[in-house]
Amino acid sequence: MHSGRRRRRALTEKRESPWSHRSFPEAAKELLADSQIRRNVRHATNVIQAKRNRVVAELEDWEQLREAGAAIRAHALEYLDNYLVQFEENCTRAGGHVHWARDAAEANGIILDLLRRHAAKEVIKIKTMTSEEIGLNRNLEAHGIHPHETDLAELIIQLGHDKPSHFVVPALHKNRQQVREIFQREMNLPDLGEKPEDLASAARAYLREKYLRIKVAISGANFLVAENGAVCIVESEGNGRMCLTLPDVLISLVGIEKVIPRHRDLEVFLQTLPRSATGERMNPYNSIWSGVHAGDGPKEFHVVLLDNGRSPILADSEARQTLQCIRCGACLNACPVYHQTGGHAYESVYPGPIGAILTPQLHQMQEGRTLPYASSLCGACYEVCPVKINIPEVLIHLRSKVVQKDQKTIAGRLGLWNMGMQAAAFLLADADRFSMAQHLGQIGQKVVVSQNGFIERLPLMLSGWTQTRDLRPLPAQSFRDWWAEREKAKKNYASHETIKRNDTKELGDAGKH
Amino acid sequence: MPESIDARTAILSSIRTALGASSRPDTATIDASYSALSRRYKREGALQSEALLGLFTHRLIEYDAGVTRIARGQIAVEVARILTERKRMRIGIPGGLPSAWLPAGFDFQNAEHYSEHQLDELDGVLTGCTVACAETGSIVLQTGAAQGQRILTLVPDYHLCVVLAEQVVETVPECFARLGSTATLPTTIFSGPSATADIEMTRIKGVHGPRFLDVLLAM
Amino acid sequence: MLVSLFITCYNDTLFPETGKAVVRVLERLGHTIEFRREQTCCGQMHWNTGYLREAIPIIRHFVNVYRDAETVVAPSSSCVSMMRDHYRKAAELAQDTKLAAEVEMLLPRVYEFTEFLVKKLGVEDVGATFAHKVTYHTSCHSQRSLHLGDIPIRLLKRVRSLELLPLENPQECCGFGGTFSIKNADVSSAMLADKVRTVLNTGAEVCTAVDNSCLMHIYGSLHRQRTFVRTAHIAEVLACTAGGDGGVH
Repeated sequence: MHSGRRRRRALTEKRESPWSHRSFPEAAKELLADSQIRRNVRHATNVIQAKRNRVVAELEDWEQLREAGAAIRAHALEYLDNYLVQFEENCTRAGGHVHWARDAAEANGIILDLLRRHAAKEVIKIKTMTSEEIGLNRNLEAHGIHPHETDLAELIIQLGHDKPSHFVVPALHKNRQQVREIFQREMNLPDLGEKPEDLASAARAYLREKYLRIKVAISGANFLVAENGAVCIVESEGNGRMCLTLPDVLISLVGIEKVIPRHRDLEVFLQTLPRSATGERMNPYNSIWSGVHAGDGPKEFHVVLLDNGRSPILADSEARQTLQCIRCGACLNACPVYHQTGGHAYESVYPGPIGAILTPQLHQMQEGRTLPYASSLCGACYEVCPVKINIPEVLIHLRSKVVQKDQKTIAGRLGLWNMGMQAAAFLLADADRFSMAQHLGQIGQKVVVSQNGFIERLPLMLSGWTQTRDLRPLPAQSFRDWWAEREKAKKNYASHETIKRNDTKELGDAGKH
Repeated sequence: MPESIDARTAILSSIRTALGASSRPDTATIDASYSALSRRYKREGALQSEALLGLFTHRLIEYDAGVTRIARGQIAVEVARILTERKRMRIGIPGGLPSAWLPAGFDFQNAEHYSEHQLDELDGVLTGCTVACAETGSIVLQTGAAQGQRILTLVPDYHLCVVLAEQVVETVPECFARLGSTATLPTTIFSGPSATADIEMTRIKGVHGPRFLDVLLAM
Repeated sequence: MLVSLFITCYNDTLFPETGKAVVRVLERLGHTIEFRREQTCCGQMHWNTGYLREAIPIIRHFVNVYRDAETVVAPSSSCVSMMRDHYRKAAELAQDTKLAAEVEMLLPRVYEFTEFLVKKLGVEDVGATFAHKVTYHTSCHSQRSLHLGDIPIRLLKRVRSLELLPLENPQECCGFGGTFSIKNADVSSAMLADKVRTVLNTGAEVCTAVDNSCLMHIYGSLHRQRTFVRTAHIAEVLACTAGGDGGVH
């Protein structure tokens, strides 16, 4: 294909993206006002966190598992070209077909071609964030093919015309009453109860007919194994197993970073992933297969390897660790920012701390520029990450990229933040300048100090602080001035003592005479 | 598909450029790097057989599975007892299931080549397994003798699984070590009945897979 | 022992009482304090906001000031974690091998205040008396970067007459995060509201921590809400003695 055409298609794709492009603070403000979402998110993350902490504490070798997981993932990325080629060879040998897609448009094109070849009008899908990333459902619908989400949470999202807010539990922002309303309306079940059991049964009945009828399925994958071409999918409900075994044709759309070297490496990730993701010791179902197997499962199997902005991330040795992610979502559940806003504020398929570093990089820092700042750098994400991605470190690294990019423009250089930081850097690099600034501040602050002696309103970019917080004014004397005074007093005292002592001595000496 | 070959070259070259190496390392270098990876986690369990089976039982019960410990010679008797209790008569079985496990008086059907619709008609399924992991309460099924193809244990609503004591290992790495030679067979590692926690994080049993699981642990 | 006090730029400017309290505690334990007046800042604000290049002269300045210090003590876990977590990378970024070597030499001699008391001096009872209900806020850097664990709690438990009340969700951030509190003021305020609720729920009169940055943030809301709960750096609590002045403002 001509690259011009490809680029145009990519642009169209971008415009069609379901995610608008507000800044994180803007989007967060709106979500903070939704107390229902906040309560739902808070409840769900508290429950998962507690379960996760309990099952992680059971394993005495948790830190060693994290270390091994990080090492294996980093190694796989370092030799990614080699392992992808190995996977392709082995998957093909086992009867699978491997396709490569540079971007969302290419991946959509490949999948559409395959579906057309099988004259598919409907497909069943296992939850895959990668398909959200390329806007697959919208694209299929635009071409007259109806995708049915089979994961309970994704079904709730699809029927509710909503967006996922978490990549393990995409509908955690909905409570049972809201789910019931959606199912009542969309499944035409006016008498449906609101117990989770009722809702799950409704989904079982709704989907069972589709599993038995629809002959093409689309999935993502948790891991690709290079040495034997195996694919591994971890799930809970059995909807995954249905999609992986009942249809005649299976298409797995997978990011290129998902490959691991050997089968035995799964012994690490199948311990760390479920414990981190859902707080289970092992997921109810893990499926592992390679290619096609006579008499068992699909007759045709395709893997679409998707780049879509991943490969350039490898060039940044500092940020490359972002691609180690195994999508457990533990960092979302641990994040105090995510607790407040939920996933939608990130305006990306990948929310939370990992999304804050992954999203802007997938877009070469052209989009999601406020995301690296959507963190208090508290470090809770790094602490729980099962593959030890140092998210705070990468956040700072990406902030520096944003800053440097801004500084290349005149507007950026003259912006308040840049000017303020440059001035502060100048003052803080020398004690005399710093001390002078302290004195100026002590005098200058008088204009902002209220009658009660506190600062209740600050101007410009600092106004965000005083929105909900008062500020104690600078005390009249800095520590360094206090210390100088004390030293001086000590010296005076000491020299006074010396004089006294000398006097006494002289007196004494004199007395001898 | 020329487009696809083109994308392949482009992606691989983009990766190589990003990794910053003009010539990529050879297999020996990569293997050496792989062998040097940190693997200080626990590989072998330390539990003696009684404690090991106790742990496995405990984990399964936590998943809401029924577990009965039985003598090796009693499998058929116990299968009869439990199927009667569960009121399940039409039971699918995979090829290669020991006939000694099958009591009289039930409708056991070789479901090896059953369609999903035929499977949907069954009351349940009886299988063996490849290996089981005590620490996580997981059972591994691989396409083959006494386990059948994957949909056999997926579509029916009830699964009765016979696990032999010597098939139980303690840790996940021990489990994978046993799977080494059959790694490319379609494999399902399952832990309890189908479940979801998608609604308010409440774990509920049974969405699409079998909603009921009984395990006979044969000594 | 000769202890070189790194007061940190914001304590110097905004919380001089904390510095005085550190001096009082360490002198009471028989140590000599020096204050190098050339000191300014650790560079954290610039670094964490993404102004890495701008932070380097500040970092270099810090290393120059303390290069020959025997022991450096700072009443701020976030500043000490700035040094431990990022100074090596800063030296690398500056492509300055001399700075890198000096950082390696200096870092093992830099301590956070409570860490210094317990780990280096082996002291838990500093002879303090503080007749108030106190709750302890665990700052993020103290737990996740410095791994102080229960060190501050152990110190507080040995303070006479002090009633320590546990805080709910101690592991959760107060929402300060430096420039985060300004750039994402709404989210930061929401996080703070949760934290302040847990502080008020304890019924404590004083909320303490090893970082004044968190305390400034928490107090900002406590004061706005017109509560009577005060905040005080742990050094100020430990400085109080029976009959002595409170040291808590």
